[in-house]
Amino acid sequence: MVASADIAVVDYGMGNLRSVAKALEHVAPQLNVVVTSEPDVVAQAGRVVFPGVGAMGDCMRELAVRGLAGAVREAARSKPFLGICLGMQMLFEHSEEGDVAGLGILPGQVRRFPESLAVPEHGGRLKIPHMGWNQVYPVRPHPLWCGLTDGARFYFVHSYYVEPAQDAHLGATTDYVFSFASAVAADNVFAVQFHPEKSQQAGLALLGNFVEWNGKIV
Amino acid sequence: MGLAKRIIPCLDVNAGRVVKGVSFVGLRDAGDPVEIARRYDREGADELTFLDITASVEQRGMILSVIEAVASEVFIPLTVGGGVREVADVRRLLNAGADKVSINTTAVVNPGVVSEAAGRFGSQCIVVAIDAKENGRGGWEVYTHGGRNATGLDAVAWAEHMESMGAGEILLTSIDRDGTRNGFNLPLTRAVADAVGIPVIASGGVGNLQHLADGILQGHADAVLAASIFHFGEYSVQDAKAWLQQQGIEVRTG
Repeated sequence: MVASADIAVVDYGMGNLRSVAKALEHVAPQLNVVVTSEPDVVAQAGRVVFPGVGAMGDCMRELAVRGLAGAVREAARSKPFLGICLGMQMLFEHSEEGDVAGLGILPGQVRRFPESLAVPEHGGRLKIPHMGWNQVYPVRPHPLWCGLTDGARFYFVHSYYVEPAQDAHLGATTDYVFSFASAVAADNVFAVQFHPEKSQQAGLALLGNFVEWNGKIV
Repeated sequence: MGLAKRIIPCLDVNAGRVVKGVSFVGLRDAGDPVEIARRYDREGADELTFLDITASVEQRGMILSVIEAVASEVFIPLTVGGGVREVADVRRLLNAGADKVSINTTAVVNPGVVSEAAGRFGSQCIVVAIDAKENGRGGWEVYTHGGRNATGLDAVAWAEHMESMGAGEILLTSIDRDGTRNGFNLPLTRAVADAVGIPVIASGGVGNLQHLADGILQGHADAVLAASIFHFGEYSVQDAKAWLQQQGIEVRTG
């Protein structure tokens, strides 16, 4: 009998999850981190990380093909849950990317950065994807921000951003042309648009907070 | 405040070893990619680029273990380029832990690889590397095979085409400037950076810290890549960031 995972990293075949798993192992060497596409492993894990890259339509399809959507929904209802990048966007109801439905766990939309709003600092064009290190400003306290300064920089790479329907779900904002939701929080669910696994000390600190989080806000 | 301009040290890797005489003080093994990557990570490098220059076919796979080892310890974005010929190569590098794969000669020889890889893995991980040389008529021509073969392609038009094929970023190297330490080719950098809607990394010719600032302020680059000024301990990444900050450029510090 294999011990159940302390942390399940949901693998639905959309790219490399090694970095996410390695970063989690780095901050919690004592924990059993499992990259899995088995709904049962996700269901039995103590906490769940839901990453993702690529196109939202492909991700939703692969999730369905592997029968993982139900397990992800259930985890988002019941245990400490961290969505990363596409794994944040998929929590919402609908995306402009391919005009596809998301999991609908949180009310709101996923929208594309408007290219027409180009206002770059040093001249030149606005670049999409929003790629690189940008500042994250928490809008209210949350255990996952513990030890992080206001305006800490995290690594982003994305062309779409989430627009939560409820202000209460807004976790942090970041400025790129305008202010967008770089983190959302709702009960046991926390999700970020940036990549903590690629954000050096700040990212490792956030992941360290996640592995110790009891799933409650405050 | 907002998005920071990125500083990217570039490491040439041959058969699993870093070459071009990296000479950090205090490194036990100057050719160990993991030790060098850790050092740059501590100094505040925003990303790292590995260029695989391994010539022998038998030793080709060694870059994969290098990337695996680095990705297990260094938690910043890693780009790998060199010798990418087909979509399967892109997959192998991503699975080893690369966040982005840079495609150069193959993009010219077989542009379908760029669109197929972008479609399969997402544009965010596909960098198209363009080596460009002044054509004597005020423009720049794309070269392949490490700068040996002229293609007849206009560098600016080629960058736009690669964007339309799904490239997520352009790594632009001036062949005329590479190794000269005379600074980036700023007109080239600016022409490409202003032509495309994806980020452009300037490369080739950095000899001092002001060159990095020029690439951003005058070349409109989103990121700057350099090798020798960092490798020989002449400047640290921190020095570079402090200098850029003095010029009013936003960088990631601390």
